[in-house]
Amino acid sequence: MARIISMADAINEAMKLAMRKDENVILMGEDVAGGAEVDHLQDEDAWGGVLGVTKGLVQEFGRDRILDTPIAEAGYMGAAMAAASTGLRPIAELMFNDFIGSCLDEVLNQGAKFRYMFGGKAQVPVTVRTMHGAGFRAAAQHSQSLYALFTSVPGLKVVVPSTPYDAKGLLLAAIEDNDPVIFFEDKTLYNVTGEVPEEYYTIPLGKADIKREGSDVTIIGIGKQVNTALEAAEKLASQGIEAEVVDPRSLSPLDENTLLASVEKTNRLVIVDEANPRCNVATDIAALVADKGFDFLDAPIKRVTAPHTPVPFSPPLEDIYLPTPEKVIEAVNEMIGETPSVGAYA
Amino acid sequence: MNTHYPIKQVMDKEGRIVDSSYESLINEQLVKDLYYHMYRIRTFDRKAISLQRQGRLGTYAPFEGQEAAQVGSAMALQPADWMFPTYRDHGAKLTFGADMAGTFLYWNGRVEGCVPPEGRNIFPPAVPIATQLPHAAGAAWAERRKGTKNASIAYFGDGATSEGDFHEGMNFASVFKAPVVFFNQNNRYAISVPIEKQMNSETIAQKAVAYGMPGVRIDGNDCLIVYFEVMKALEEARKGQGPTLIEAVTWRTGAHTTADDPTKYRPADQGKDIVDPLLRMERFMKNNGYWDEAWVQETAERITAEIEKAVEDMESYPTPNVEDLFDYVFAEMPAQLAEQKQSYLTHLRGNQ
Repeated sequence: MARIISMADAINEAMKLAMRKDENVILMGEDVAGGAEVDHLQDEDAWGGVLGVTKGLVQEFGRDRILDTPIAEAGYMGAAMAAASTGLRPIAELMFNDFIGSCLDEVLNQGAKFRYMFGGKAQVPVTVRTMHGAGFRAAAQHSQSLYALFTSVPGLKVVVPSTPYDAKGLLLAAIEDNDPVIFFEDKTLYNVTGEVPEEYYTIPLGKADIKREGSDVTIIGIGKQVNTALEAAEKLASQGIEAEVVDPRSLSPLDENTLLASVEKTNRLVIVDEANPRCNVATDIAALVADKGFDFLDAPIKRVTAPHTPVPFSPPLEDIYLPTPEKVIEAVNEMIGETPSVGAYA
Repeated sequence: MNTHYPIKQVMDKEGRIVDSSYESLINEQLVKDLYYHMYRIRTFDRKAISLQRQGRLGTYAPFEGQEAAQVGSAMALQPADWMFPTYRDHGAKLTFGADMAGTFLYWNGRVEGCVPPEGRNIFPPAVPIATQLPHAAGAAWAERRKGTKNASIAYFGDGATSEGDFHEGMNFASVFKAPVVFFNQNNRYAISVPIEKQMNSETIAQKAVAYGMPGVRIDGNDCLIVYFEVMKALEEARKGQGPTLIEAVTWRTGAHTTADDPTKYRPADQGKDIVDPLLRMERFMKNNGYWDEAWVQETAERITAEIEKAVEDMESYPTPNVEDLFDYVFAEMPAQLAEQKQSYLTHLRGNQ
């Protein structure tokens, strides 16, 4: 039975279902129990993390499986990687993806390479859940979207859901997966609601989803920028332009076929990615389409991204920093204006 | 270890002198200065919370309960020293000489709020945990290499001692005899996690042993002991004796930030035995004949006026320029970034 629940609740439910199904699933991170360590609150409803996403887990699964770690990212990330290689299936919560600086070696040099360096003898079934995204007034060191960094590392899988339904199914798939998966949660999407089935279900990693069908232009969005793309598409529809909105959902592996098929159908591509513009996912997808789908294109590919600057703390600056439906519409109009049509030469 | 590292005090909770060896160092001006700054930063802190609740300030990290630790330590500095605060140390910054309107602007997301006044070396508050410890070590080492007598002070909480950066910063400073004071405010909670769940050591001060540096444990709510011990550590550092770790045991009265509710993770009666640091100083002043009702009244009025003015200045500050987003990323703006800046300006003008 599906109900309308928030993205935070969908993620919480996925963790509960995974932990009920498999004793080897454990959760560790900073403040994940959140207050449950205080004696008088042991049996009460602790707050469950800075944004409440892990609420109720320690009550159900106990302190042996829900670990409030010291503030030591390299410590618990390294522990999670090796615990995974012994057969546990840890979920390690990195409170903000920006904190990867404190534990990058454990992810990119250790977890990502264990299977390869052990000649296939070891596996690292770990899921790193982490918050990303601007628009939360959290400033330069708590607002980045660093998924491109992980996408470039062999051995890691990268997932960026945009809806509660996708978040639950993708997280369950990530936990079941036998390789390390970095699971990005946009903090501004936690309160977004949507229809989510109660039961256990998975969405395969590496499978894109078409969020809106259209024939005139493909708009690929990453994470919450799928919503920016959908808003732009609604406005474009009133101009008579039908946009197809595609959500890759997984960045590694990437569903190249679905992306290319959409461009083949619409002949135009805009990619919306709130990360900085150099070496980001928009750039990667643009290269892919230029390489494998050049003949489909009627106009140059457009990328709508943040500028090459840190995320500003100031609210008015942060608002203009992010991609907006207007910027997407501008990009679409520009490319449609540039497209030669028979009438243009009359 | 508690016995190896007893908590040093000048005064007890009733404001009575318990260690007479400090008595000759205490005078009316010092006591009044410390009280003035504690009162000033408390009033600032409460104002900031109220502005946040009214939507006039962004998320704020309150420091109420830690005023003695912040004021005593900052007052011990020399003007050319380096300060490495965290997001909870705006009281120390203000005491050291940071601009008050600028401090409000910081919490409103303005880059101007990170710029220290001319002649004051204050790093932007460290928001990630413990990253400022290696910075403090590096700046202190550089001052030593340049042949100055300037030192640095790193502010950090109990939670930061779990980080790798704590170990690396302490070790670096010790090996290179960097003139730095590692000033720990042990307020007993890392967001929701109590100190007993963060570490198995009984004290933070004892960690100094591993690095071959002095470790001192003090009552962080006794402003005088904070001032004297930080001063002593700074003097040793300036003499080339290397770093000191000071654990100031204190208590965070309120939330981690205005975004959380401490009643959700702290027992209701915890901290009830703690005597507020301002009240302790008041008792001390009354016990020793330094309390002057007219001066207190006048100080309170002066500070209220200063804060009201700072709020006014913050709120009448011009809105941020789009240029601010681009102008401080590189020393010389690369052509691509200049293009992006231009396209932002064009886009925004188009929307007006």
